[in-house]
Amino acid sequence: MGGAGCANNPDTRLARRTSRVELMLDIRKRTGYLFLAVMVAQVLLVSAQVQTKSGVKVLQAVTFELFSRVQFATASVVNGGRNAWGNYVALRGMRAENEGLKRRVADLEVKLQQEHALAVHSQQLQALLELKSQATVPTLAAVVIAGNPDPVMRTVTIDRGSADGVLADMAVIAPGGIVGRVIGPVARHAARVQLIIDRNAAAGALSERTRAGGMVVGAEANPPLRMELVSNLADVKAGDSIVASGIDGIYPKGYLIGRVEITDRGSGLYRTITVRPGVDFSSLEEVLVVMVPSTGARAEDPK
Amino acid sequence: MKTAIVVLAIAVSLVLQTTLSGPMAGGPIAVNLVLVALVYLALTYGAVTGILAGALGGLTQDALSFGIVGIGGMTKTIIGFAVGVLGAQFNLTSTVPRLVMFVAATFVHEVMFEGLHAMIGGRPFGLQWSATLIQALVNSLVGVTAFMLVERGPEAMQRRRMHRGSFSRKRF
Repeated sequence: MGGAGCANNPDTRLARRTSRVELMLDIRKRTGYLFLAVMVAQVLLVSAQVQTKSGVKVLQAVTFELFSRVQFATASVVNGGRNAWGNYVALRGMRAENEGLKRRVADLEVKLQQEHALAVHSQQLQALLELKSQATVPTLAAVVIAGNPDPVMRTVTIDRGSADGVLADMAVIAPGGIVGRVIGPVARHAARVQLIIDRNAAAGALSERTRAGGMVVGAEANPPLRMELVSNLADVKAGDSIVASGIDGIYPKGYLIGRVEITDRGSGLYRTITVRPGVDFSSLEEVLVVMVPSTGARAEDPK
Repeated sequence: MKTAIVVLAIAVSLVLQTTLSGPMAGGPIAVNLVLVALVYLALTYGAVTGILAGALGGLTQDALSFGIVGIGGMTKTIIGFAVGVLGAQFNLTSTVPRLVMFVAATFVHEVMFEGLHAMIGGRPFGLQWSATLIQALVNSLVGVTAFMLVERGPEAMQRRRMHRGSFSRKRF
């Protein structure tokens, strides 16, 4: 009891602490530290007197070198901390900013596509306008609003109808050439157009170069047009332009139908000619309706 | 008391060294009394005293020699530390080990002193081994003599005094 009380006595603890501090400060117990301290002091003393080859005191050079290292380390730590803090602060708003940017990119992509579509559309309209200005026949611009659900029937629907003066068997053209003809019945604000590549379609045609005549019909093949009734004696070569002859009374004469791709001597009297259409039917959007009734329609018209 | 002894020993050795270096300058016999005093103090009092005495003696010697202050100090600090540690680890109370210690300390001191001067001062390493050997022998003789004088001197004086006393009693 008495021993424990004596150990807990503040005076005893103070005395112990004091003796511990004295022990720590007693250089006689710390020979290595003393030796090191004395040596370092003398090294510094020598360094202060000796000059390097460049004339700078060794102490100054070493001090500057050491201090520069310390400065470098300090600067690295400070910059690292600043960068880490900056990155952290920047990261805090990064998610929201990222989301906003993603939305903006999506909006811009949509707008870009719209602009691109508008540009293409305007080019198409410009081409159509040029065609219209060049056309010697009255035309009416129309927009393809639908295709045909039956893939066998190659027809499209346009946004012009009887209210606009569209009649059956009117020719429909595009900047690339002849598209087809209007087939009945014609609705008030819509009409169906049979494409020239439909297997039931046909048009009087001739070679623009040699004026060799024949008939272009649709075919379930690639290319989807075939020129028939062309004599083996006729001069038709690949690459020749095939234009409407106007003999059918529907398609205006001289308008391009397509270009000869393959021509062979057939087994009979006629050549076998395949024609690549001038119109890209896969991207048909705007067309011109030739507002001239066909010869047959005009004959039937009581006026 | 010990501090006073150390300072006094270093001072006396320095005075004697500077006094003797005049007549012995250029001669074949050389002695480093500061080094002798240092080894003596380190063997007697330990490494701490050796370090402090080495630093004190070496720096003073450097300052008086108008060379680079610190080279002798570093050398003698190392010698004092090493001798003090060795004296604490081994029994160096007899004459022969002390002789060896003085010889070794002299050689190590000279090699380090010349080496540091060559490194820092830029002068060529010019240690003359024969002169160093002679110096080592002289240092060891002086050092061992000093030990004998200090350790056995009082006893001999007492014996002599006692001998004189008995002679007087016989006589009268």
